[in-house]
Amino acid sequence: MKLREVAAILEAAFISGEEQGDMEIVSVCASDLMSDVLAFGAPRVLLLTGLTNVQSIMTADVADVAAVAYVRGKRPENGTVELAKQKGIPVLACDLAMFEACGRMFEGGLLPGSSVEESQ
Amino acid sequence: MSGERDIVLREQFSVAGRDFGRAGTVSTTIKSMLKQIGFPPDVIRRVAIATYEAEMNVVVYADRATVTFEVTPAEIVVTLEDQGRGIADIEEAMREGFSTATDEIREMGFGAGMGLPNIKKNSDDLKVTSEVGVGTTVRIKVLAHQ
Repeated sequence: MKLREVAAILEAAFISGEEQGDMEIVSVCASDLMSDVLAFGAPRVLLLTGLTNVQSIMTADVADVAAVAYVRGKRPENGTVELAKQKGIPVLACDLAMFEACGRMFEGGLLPGSSVEESQ
Repeated sequence: MSGERDIVLREQFSVAGRDFGRAGTVSTTIKSMLKQIGFPPDVIRRVAIATYEAEMNVVVYADRATVTFEVTPAEIVVTLEDQGRGIADIEEAMREGFSTATDEIREMGFGAGMGLPNIKKNSDDLKVTSEVGVGTTVRIKVLAHQ
């Protein structure tokens, strides 16, 4: 699924990186806990999170996350979008709760972006 | 351990405790350098994750640290030597879920007791030594060819 289709399903707005809307997304990792993203997230996932600080993008960069979508109507804090632009990571924001955002992504055919099985 | 002559790249960085605005910049710099050298993506990702967790530990718990980054054809070694409170029980700190983090740290998405376990998971060799009230040294080694 293309990132712009993800945005449409989540009724999300692009905060940055709209020019990367053709990016292909196949799996999703949902967490507010950045250590869990680092431990269990597979590369090239879409990260759904309610954590809007700079560390959400720093973590995304370190873990090779493809794009970040903020849920629950949260908007990124100062410096977060600037860092995302520097790192080339598209940022979306939607008003859905995490549960519904995950449900819509799953219904849309995206897979759990977890490397748990690989690591065990 | 590789001899001094094998080292193809050696850099040192500083990390300041409580500097949350810059937390992670050393790890992302190291990641960029490894990309430029041309290491495989999975090797780069493991080094970046292990270094980032260790860097966050310094920012959260220590006063300051020196990070030494060494690359040889066979391995990548990142050593973080911090000055700070140290770790009283390293074995306990290595256990998933063990944490002494404050709510402030948890609100930032860290401090759930996954740091050292994550570092271990992404390292081929990990050495942690510590002295309470003095500081902690974390040496992360990742093999260049998995």
